[in-house]
Amino acid sequence: MSHTRYRVEEAGEPRVFPPEAMARIEKILARYPTKQAALLPVLWVAQETWGWISKEAAEEVARILGLPAAHVDGVLTFYTMYNLRPVGKNLLQFCTSISCHLAGAERLVEQCSKRLGIGLEDTTPDGKFTMIEVECIAGCDRAPSMMVNDAYHEPMDEKKLETLLDRLSGER
Amino acid sequence: MEPVLTARIGKPDSVSIATYLADGGYAALRKVLTEGWTPERVTEEVKKSGLRGRGGAGFPCGVKWGFIPKDTKGKPIYLLCNADESEPGTFKDRLLMERDPHQVIEGIILSAYAIKCRNAYIYIRGEFYDGARILNAAIAEAYAKGFLGEKILGSNYSLDLTVHRGAGAYICGEETGLIESLEGKRGQPRIKPPFPAVSGVFSCPTIVNNVETLSCVVHIINRGAEWFSKIGRNEKNTGPKLYCLSGQVNRPGVYEAALGLPLKDLIFGEAYGRGMKDGRQVKAVIPGGASANMLTAAEIEDCPLDFDGVAAKGSMLGSAAIIVMNEDTCIVDAARNLSKFFSHESCGQCTPCREGTPWLHKVLSRIEEGQGRMEDIELLERICNQMANGMTICVFADAAIAPPLSSVRKFKDEYRYHVEHKRCLVGSRAEVAAV
Repeated sequence: MSHTRYRVEEAGEPRVFPPEAMARIEKILARYPTKQAALLPVLWVAQETWGWISKEAAEEVARILGLPAAHVDGVLTFYTMYNLRPVGKNLLQFCTSISCHLAGAERLVEQCSKRLGIGLEDTTPDGKFTMIEVECIAGCDRAPSMMVNDAYHEPMDEKKLETLLDRLSGER
Repeated sequence: MEPVLTARIGKPDSVSIATYLADGGYAALRKVLTEGWTPERVTEEVKKSGLRGRGGAGFPCGVKWGFIPKDTKGKPIYLLCNADESEPGTFKDRLLMERDPHQVIEGIILSAYAIKCRNAYIYIRGEFYDGARILNAAIAEAYAKGFLGEKILGSNYSLDLTVHRGAGAYICGEETGLIESLEGKRGQPRIKPPFPAVSGVFSCPTIVNNVETLSCVVHIINRGAEWFSKIGRNEKNTGPKLYCLSGQVNRPGVYEAALGLPLKDLIFGEAYGRGMKDGRQVKAVIPGGASANMLTAAEIEDCPLDFDGVAAKGSMLGSAAIIVMNEDTCIVDAARNLSKFFSHESCGQCTPCREGTPWLHKVLSRIEEGQGRMEDIELLERICNQMANGMTICVFADAAIAPPLSSVRKFKDEYRYHVEHKRCLVGSRAEVAAV
């Protein structure tokens, strides 16, 4: 999730993939000539399984793929989309790259931060929201663009952001 | 020009194989596989078309394919579709994948056939969840119809195609960074040579082509190299092109036109951007994504948007991301924002880039926030000159210096004003910061 943290946190409990996730992993492995090449996709399976990737999960991935844990760690901390600690139910991703910046993206970040009472990289105490800044997400013609989890919300403005946060706050 | 790549974009259910087939889809593949086209003939046709890579470098596509050794010593050949579209200002490949995935897939199959590849991957950026879902659904349809898999359309040609999702790293759009990433490593670019065509992914001959480039191949085979080569400004800049227009214009969006569309037409044309928002004046234009040198309002006069036309203006077409800034934009602020991007995305492998990009961001922030010193302006240029021009493994550093260096050179007065008055020439944000 963040480039500012380079540490994979511990969950404090062992992680074992459920059978359906293992079946997916087998399918993934069949698509590549090396086990290592399946690392990014398998890490995605881990994240989809637990919502984030703990040290224990990373070690399990390393074991399955026959890779040194340090290699998995190095990869995990290179890419920004793997959550290295639990995140809120709604991961609010604000693009602040040039086209969104020209459209006032930072105002939305500020507005969201005020409303939720948290800063960037933080999660609300109820676990509903985590907010982060992201680099260009290819929504430049509908700037400012943002994503909530895997869905685009664009173009965004102050009013739409309020409505969106109202709706997401109301959801259980 | 009649739309070519975007012809099906607005149609209902444009993602399904049924509508694609109804619109004549997979005819090019059928032609190649059932009319006895050799891989060499496909390559020759693409060479003759003059198609240049649409990902940023503009390298002739057929020539690139030709770099694969005749004898690969038993090694398989790989085709990687570069769908890691991350250059700030670029959003054309997202559109192609989300709205017409079969066009991309057919282009991949044709190109894979041309280079004798049996196993191809689409490396798609992690943020394109929809794109990956849509492509995966389309690939499943293509397998079911016999366009992928064993003995395609009854021929002796077989191909497997897999969508491989990235996980957030701009540098994986660089072809050797992409290769490293696909191998399950940090996406840090490799030293060239060896070039990927000789030794790429899994140490095998590899071709990396952009989504739009591969999509063009379908139409080259369908309508012929000659038809393709007649579109565009001249024989070195051929074919249809998708332009990504964003920034302070009335109608941002993806526009398709013949390569060489005048930049001013794109911004002001009725069929395109329809002019500046709120009637403001153009101050600066970035013609090819964050990595391209800024152009001044005077420089956009008479600038054809093609590889050589933009190069002649001292910038580059890059990924054809045209970002327009109006007179109210603070150039220092824009440069700072762009340098934030590069500082965030440097892969950290080469010292000049790893250290230089945060320094550029720091110095630009200092000037923007009213703490700048006159010598900082010269310092920016000095840092830039120590980062690029062969000091690093890949061209990321050369890209990172484009916004600060071009803006310092072209808008020096604005930088000076900032330092002297501790505020923007255009007012706005920094005024608050300086108080």
